[in-house]
Amino acid sequence: MSEEIPRLIVDGKRLDGRDFDELRPIKIEAGVLRRADGSCYIEMGKNKIVAAVYGPREVHPRHLQDPSRAIIRYRYNMAPFSVEERKKPGPDRRSIEISKVSREALEPVILKELFPRSGIDIFVEVLQADAGTRTACLNAASVALIDAGVAMRGMITAVAVAKVEGEIVLDPMKEEDNYGEADVPFAFLIRNGKIESIALLQMDGKMSAEEMKKALELAKKGAMQIYNIQREAIMRKYSREEEEVE
Amino acid sequence: MTRKIVMPGDLVSTNPRAAGYGTYVENGKVYAKILGLLDKSDTGVRIIPLKGRYIPSTGDIVIGIVREVTANGWVVDIYSPYQAFLPLLEYPETRNRKVNEILDIGDAVIAKVLNIDPKMKVTLTMKDKVCRPVRVGRIVAINPARVPRVIGKKGSMIRLLKSELGVQIIVGQNGLIWLNGDRRKVSIAEEAIYIIEAEAHTEGLTDRITEFIKAKKGELENERRNTQANS
Repeated sequence: MSEEIPRLIVDGKRLDGRDFDELRPIKIEAGVLRRADGSCYIEMGKNKIVAAVYGPREVHPRHLQDPSRAIIRYRYNMAPFSVEERKKPGPDRRSIEISKVSREALEPVILKELFPRSGIDIFVEVLQADAGTRTACLNAASVALIDAGVAMRGMITAVAVAKVEGEIVLDPMKEEDNYGEADVPFAFLIRNGKIESIALLQMDGKMSAEEMKKALELAKKGAMQIYNIQREAIMRKYSREEEEVE
Repeated sequence: MTRKIVMPGDLVSTNPRAAGYGTYVENGKVYAKILGLLDKSDTGVRIIPLKGRYIPSTGDIVIGIVREVTANGWVVDIYSPYQAFLPLLEYPETRNRKVNEILDIGDAVIAKVLNIDPKMKVTLTMKDKVCRPVRVGRIVAINPARVPRVIGKKGSMIRLLKSELGVQIIVGQNGLIWLNGDRRKVSIAEEAIYIIEAEAHTEGLTDRITEFIKAKKGELENERRNTQANS
């Protein structure tokens, strides 16, 4: 088996020609769905994802209502055609876990106390999956939340870091995720253009403490780049509206 | 004058006493909490929202639909995350009628937000001169974030619609608009409102709406002349 593993790093470059600290190409568009309160389409490398936000709206079933704050529901879902081998539709253990950690990343950022007894529903749909869908989904969801006009403390920006052939690399692609030694998705709360805190941190594989520190620094650097693209996507949509409301 | 667009988390002021609508204070600094336009003056900062659901505030005029009738009032849908309640005592001139004879399920009302408690229970009142049950006319629904644009600068847009078409218009802050008057003129007003809602940029919107109404009124005139000629 080990013979089949491709060389992931050749002459200091990765399989797709990127440097260790280089992101895949990113495209973000805000407000793509007419029926949703807020939405976002994102492409991160080969990932293609749509996020939709509904709410704040009344919660059904009623017993889930919280009289003092809004409840947040997050659903991560992969389309059957999003992966190489057709995926059976419906939630599985992986998507339930991703939904939970993503919701918990967004919950402290949304000002839930402003909307008692209501609910905010976030749906993210992976149309095409490469590596790092959970981070791409979070990036899309936070743009969609802002597009919906939901009150938030700041922006959530997520990026993954991996260890491949002993090197720490930013934003791993599929081969690096499959054959690498470690995978660490991060999400940060960014406020006023500065990273304030970590909203999500998971890791799988083997890494030394030193490598973890290096990974964090690399992730911060990548997150700032993504943050600027997220910001630009929202500004692009709303700059036209600037003159309207006086 | 163009205002800067701000996003949640943007630092808008370092004076916590200046914090106004759409902002929050943390560690003595004021940040934006919603997407909107920054409105900064000598006395304070606030954010004019560009998107979002209607969140009621005291004193707003809203148009709602009765969803439920209870012994002491009505549950009213005001097209917001919260349902509102209109107590029987806040309805003038009940004249010994039964609750469901005054207003029944499906009836529309123009009411005022009397009070909102911290649990977001909204109480309405009808004791105001613009408030009334809606028996005639038409109700048009738009995105609540577009309401300021339908009203226009100092009410200019609404004045234009009223004077050019001679229809009655009441704009609810929740995005529901009541129109009444000549049926064909109401239709023109409705179309004009949809245009205002859909147009993404304002440059010369008032002029375009004036032109639209003139054209439509011309059509009406022609039609009438034709029918008169035929009869």
